[in-house]
This record gives sequence, C-alpha cells and structure tokens, in this order.
Amino acid sequence: MKLDSLKINEKAIITQVNMDVVPLKLIELGFIEGNFVELLHIAPFNDPIYVKVNDSHISIRKELAKEITIEII
Amino acid sequence: MKNTIKVALVGNPNVGKTSVFNALTGLNQRVGNYPGITVERKVGFCKIGNETTAQIVDLPGTYSINPSSKDEEVALKALFDSKNNDFPDVVVVVAEVENLKRNLLLFSQIKDLGFPVVLAINMADRMELKGITIDISELEKQLDTKIALISVRKNQGINELKQLILNYQTFSTQSFLDLKKVDEPHFELMEKLYPNQNPYKVWLHHSQQIPFEGISTVLGSNYTPKTESEIKRIQQRETIKRYQLIGEILKKTYVIDASKATDLRAKLDRIFTHKVFGYVIFFAIMLLVFQAIFEWSAIPMDFIDGSFGSLSEWAKSVLPEGKLAELISDGIIPGIGGVVIFIPQIAILFLFIALLEESGYMSRVVFLMDKIMRPFGLSGKSVVPLISGTACSIPAIMSARNIENSKERLITMLVTPFSTCAARIPVYVIIIALVIPDETVFGIFSLQALTMAGMYFLGFFVALISAFVMKRFINANEKSFFIIEMPSYKLPLFQNVFYTVWEKTKEFVVGAGKIILALSIVLWFLGTHGPSDTFGQAETIITEKHINDNLTEEELADEIAGYQLETSYIGKIGHTIQPVFAPLGYDWKISIAVLTSFAAREVFVGNLATLYNIGSSGEDEEKIIGKMRAQVREDGSPMFTLGTGVSLLLFYAFAMQCISTIAITRKETNSWKWTFVQVVFMTALAYFSAMLAYQIL
Repeated sequence: MKLDSLKINEKAIITQVNMDVVPLKLIELGFIEGNFVELLHIAPFNDPIYVKVNDSHISIRKELAKEITIEII
Repeated sequence: MKNTIKVALVGNPNVGKTSVFNALTGLNQRVGNYPGITVERKVGFCKIGNETTAQIVDLPGTYSINPSSKDEEVALKALFDSKNNDFPDVVVVVAEVENLKRNLLLFSQIKDLGFPVVLAINMADRMELKGITIDISELEKQLDTKIALISVRKNQGINELKQLILNYQTFSTQSFLDLKKVDEPHFELMEKLYPNQNPYKVWLHHSQQIPFEGISTVLGSNYTPKTESEIKRIQQRETIKRYQLIGEILKKTYVIDASKATDLRAKLDRIFTHKVFGYVIFFAIMLLVFQAIFEWSAIPMDFIDGSFGSLSEWAKSVLPEGKLAELISDGIIPGIGGVVIFIPQIAILFLFIALLEESGYMSRVVFLMDKIMRPFGLSGKSVVPLISGTACSIPAIMSARNIENSKERLITMLVTPFSTCAARIPVYVIIIALVIPDETVFGIFSLQALTMAGMYFLGFFVALISAFVMKRFINANEKSFFIIEMPSYKLPLFQNVFYTVWEKTKEFVVGAGKIILALSIVLWFLGTHGPSDTFGQAETIITEKHINDNLTEEELADEIAGYQLETSYIGKIGHTIQPVFAPLGYDWKISIAVLTSFAAREVFVGNLATLYNIGSSGEDEEKIIGKMRAQVREDGSPMFTLGTGVSLLLFYAFAMQCISTIAITRKETNSWKWTFVQVVFMTALAYFSAMLAYQIL
C-alpha cells in the first residue's frame, strides 16, 4: 500500500521509496525504508497530507506520497 | 594584535538559527545580497575575547549540504571555496533539542568537510516540557565535537558558545562517516585516484560538480563515471548510513520520556488546520492585520503629517526668502515627509508577518491553502508571497523562492504584484475620500473602509484569475514537489521580530525613500520653472488679463500660481501626455502624477500635493482633498467624479508601477521575456479596465 492511502492516526513502516521520482530532500528529511510514519492530518479537500516521520513533521502532496510504499503496523 | 575568527552559522530551517545570530551579534549586523543573486547574506560581528572578534555569517537554513536549489548552492559556496571571503575557520551547527536526529545529518556532512565544528543545541528551555534528557559529555565524545547547550529565550549558553568558538583550534577535524561503508569499491577507487584528498569533497565534486581547490575531474582510465541515477542511489545509501550512525549515538545519549510531553502541537493543529475553523481563523487574522494597518497606524501617521507640515512652515519662517528656502520647505521637507509617513504601516505589516512566521502559524496556512491554490497553477506556498505582497512586492517575490516547482514559482512571481502593496494605500485613501461618500452601512461598517477592503479583495481576486490564465500558457513537464516542514508552535521572540521589522523598514526608507525624495525634488523643480516668455511673465500676463475683474489679492495670487503651473515645464509635459490618459478621464495634472508614479506608486499623493499646492502653504491631507474636490473640467463639471475615481483606483490596482518590482522580477525569473510579459499584461489590464470604468460610470 502507498502512503497516500494511509488514514488519520494510522501508523506504518516505510518499505520502499521510489528513487526515480522522489527528490533526495525527502530522503534527507527521513523518508527512509524502515522508518515509522504516522498520519496526523489531511488538509481540507483531501490534500496535502501531514505526517510525522523521523521525529519531523512534514507535509507533502498525495502525488508524492504515492511514490512511497508502506506497511501498516 | 587583533584577531578575527571567521564563523559560519549553519542549520536546518526553524531551529532558531537567526535567534542565535541575533543573540551573538545584536544590532552589529549587516544584511546584503550575495553577488548576482538575491539570497540574503547576513554578516555580524561580536567580541569573543579581549583581543578577538568573530565575524559571523548566517547562512540560509538548509536540511543538507546537497544543495536543492541554485540559490542554496551559491550560499553554501562559502563552505566549499577556501578563497571565498566567508570561508570559515570554524562552523557552528545550530540544532534544536526536539529534532536532534535530523539536525545531526547536516552536522555530520559539515564535519566530513573537515571543519572544526561546534554543535549549538538550541531551545534547551523546551527540554523539560518535552521530557528530554541528553548526556552532553557522552554526546560530545561520540560525535567528536564540542557542544553548547543554549536557550536564546532564557539567555543561556551564549557565552559558552563564544568560549568554544575562541578555542576552535583545539578541535578535532576527524570525519564522521567512512564513505567506504556506503559503497566500498567506488570509494576505494576514489581514494587511489585522489590520494591525500578529503574523500567527502571528492565525492561532492563528482556527485554535484562542486569545485574544490586541488580536486580536478581528471580521472584514471579504469573509472567510468557514475550515471545520474547511480549517483542518486549512492546519495540515498549515504544518507541512510548517516542516519544509522546518528541513531546509534542518540540511543546512548538521548532519552525522551513521552509521558512527560505536553503536546501543544496536536491541540493547536486540530484547530488551525480544521476544515471550518482553520479558514475562519485565517480570515479573522487577515482582518485584524488590515484593521491594524488602517486604524492603528492613523495615529502615528497624523502625527508625522502634522510634524512635517509644521517643520515646513518653520523652515519657511527662519530661512532667508529665495529659491533655496523654497527648495527646502516645498521640495525636500515634504519629500522626506512623504517617505516617513509610510513607516507606521510598513512596520505594522512586517510586525504581523514576522509574528505569523515566527510562531509557526504560516506553515499551517500553506497546508490549508495548497489544494485551493492548485487549480490556479499556484501552490500553498504562494500564499506567503501573496500575503507579503500586501507590504511590498519586492520581498514577496523573493519569498517565492522556496516554491520547489518552477512553474508554480514563476506564476506566483508574475501575479504577486497584484496584491495591494503598502505603497498603494495612500493613493487609495485619497481617492476613496474624494469619491466615496463618508457613510455607514448596516449601522457599523464605514463605506469607505469597505471600499478599501474591497480593493484588497480585488487585488487577490485578479491575482488568482491571472494565474489561472497564465497556467494555460506556461508549459512545464516537471514533476511537482511540495515538501514543507510543519514547525512546532513557538512564542515569537521579541528580538527576532524587532530585527525583522527594523531591517525591512530600514530597507524601505533607504531604498524606496531615495527614489521618492529625488522625484519630489525633480517635480518641484519642473513645477517651479518654465520658459521665460510665458512662465516668467505670469504675473504681468495675469494681472493684465484680470485688470477689470476686481479680484482680491488672494484670488489674483491663486490665478497667477495656476497660470505658472500650467506654463511650467511640468505643465507642458502633462499637456503632451494627457491625450493618452484622456479615455481614462484624467486631466493633465493627474496624468503627470500617474506618469511619475511609474517610478514608485507612493509618489502619486506627494505629486498631487505638489501639483495642487505649489505656492500655497500646508501639506495636510484635508487640504489636498479640498483642493482636488474643487477641481473642474473645462466644461465646469467636477473633475473627481465617481467615474474618474474608480478609474484611478482600478488603474492603480492593476498597473505594474514600480521600477524596483520590475527589476526584482527580472532578477528572480532571470528572464527579460517574463518580465516583459508581466509589465505588458498588468499595464494593459490597468489601462483597459480603467477606461471601461470611466466610460461606463
């Protein structure tokens, strides 16, 4: 499953990041395989999303979240 | 002997790096630009020992030294090029207690460049609140560095930091990460090809073409350069490896007791990003800002206005009569007054923007607005430039820089000048006072204030519509990246807010002020000089003309002044260009004021004052309005009807009327084409909408 379909308050573990699309900056912020990610909020109108990862609070659009594969825990 | 230690301050965004910089240097700082680009370069000085001064450069906030934009690259050059003026002797990495892990990533990269590094862990005052304990001496040992635990808010640790900077020569410059653990064959080969070179620099040179002294691209024949995708994958592995090491170190030294943490963030986020309250709060804050700009600023503005009026009077009374006295009392003093009068509004606006940024709220607005802005080809981040644009387009266009997607960034820059900047306020105030009746509607709202609010709304509205149009004409296939950190909520630090307001206001007074003052003087000159056969003979001609009309002395003087103005150089220019503006309903005086305000909008009112006021005393608004109201067209109908007024309002709302903004667009888009498109688009829109309004009303 991809990060864009995670629901509010659900936690997951990142299993794969599509490096062909995702910029290095996202890796540097902590979107790394094995890291936990928690969905905190979804903006009104259903995009962007607001997640906690690597102790950081980051907002990304769903189109980018689609490139990150996760497994719910 | 006096020593200077060069220090570079680096750190992630939102870690309070600027607070540390302010705490170290106080007002002893300069803000300039890096050559060729408009990234702010902040340098400050502080005494750190009896005979030692530190020269501190505040580099822009960054998550990594792998530059993600051209601007970052130029700013980070200070760390890469040993011949650079800012090349540091020691680097201070500012980190924040709550997010030490991510902050240490940057730390580890800086350390690998071979600099002596001080780690300044900021916001120590939040440790207790968040239930955090750090074993500092163990962390120092593990990271092979020196640590200063500081709290700018509580004024703790700054002296310790200065002491550490002073002793930088004793620091270890060992690297943090052994790159061979990332990709053994590659980095072993590199070591053979570049003996005695810093392996990280060699890697940065290959991965990002960063030039280092002594490292050239000449490679042995047994090496095939990595492809872009291979490089990216090595960078990914490198980042993962760094995080692994950092994680192991923090496991031994950093404890967080989550049960002690009081989570203000979650509570506030629930309100501020709520699908109803979020927007309600945002609009309420915007209303408050506008209220402040119009209501609160009126008191100091009246005071400034009055003071300059009296100063002008006083100068007139004490100076010996003559051209010089006129230049000072009618040219220079009102000219300076025309600059100073804006200070309260600009200061209040930047105060609010600084508060919204500092508190962390602005990021929530970006989050809330992103989806709404996207259909217009903009991003949530465009909200910041559009709001800042209500102060001044120049910093606003610059703030578009943190929009990653180039198309969204370009559109944002092109439409930002539609936001009603502070310079338009006086123009609107005068015209609204002239043509909109001073009545209240629904018992509480002043019609004039509503019109003013409407002008702001119109600005934003047209910005969005224009963005929507431009989106169709600008092509870009780039994948859109929107990555924004949601910082923790913080009570804004007084000194940070103060420095921002001070810096921006100073920038306005010095930058825009020069143009305004110079133009006021030029106008005064053009308005008080003219060809000798008409202008020079004004008194004789008018006296003869009215010889049988029995005018009082005052009426005669006004007639003479009027004739002089009409025959002065400025009168001649006005008559020449007036046909262009005739369809918009402007006479030659307004035409001059409009034309001259292409240099900077804010000169409009000053110019009208000059144009309607030459030869008579006083500079106050009431008088200008009174005089303007009395103006008639040739057929005797009043000049400032609703039609003329609305036409002027629209013209000023849309016209690209500020040389400085044109210059900044050129700089930021790096394209004459887009600059030209912006000017033509805005001017055409202004001209035709004003014409339409005048013809209909």
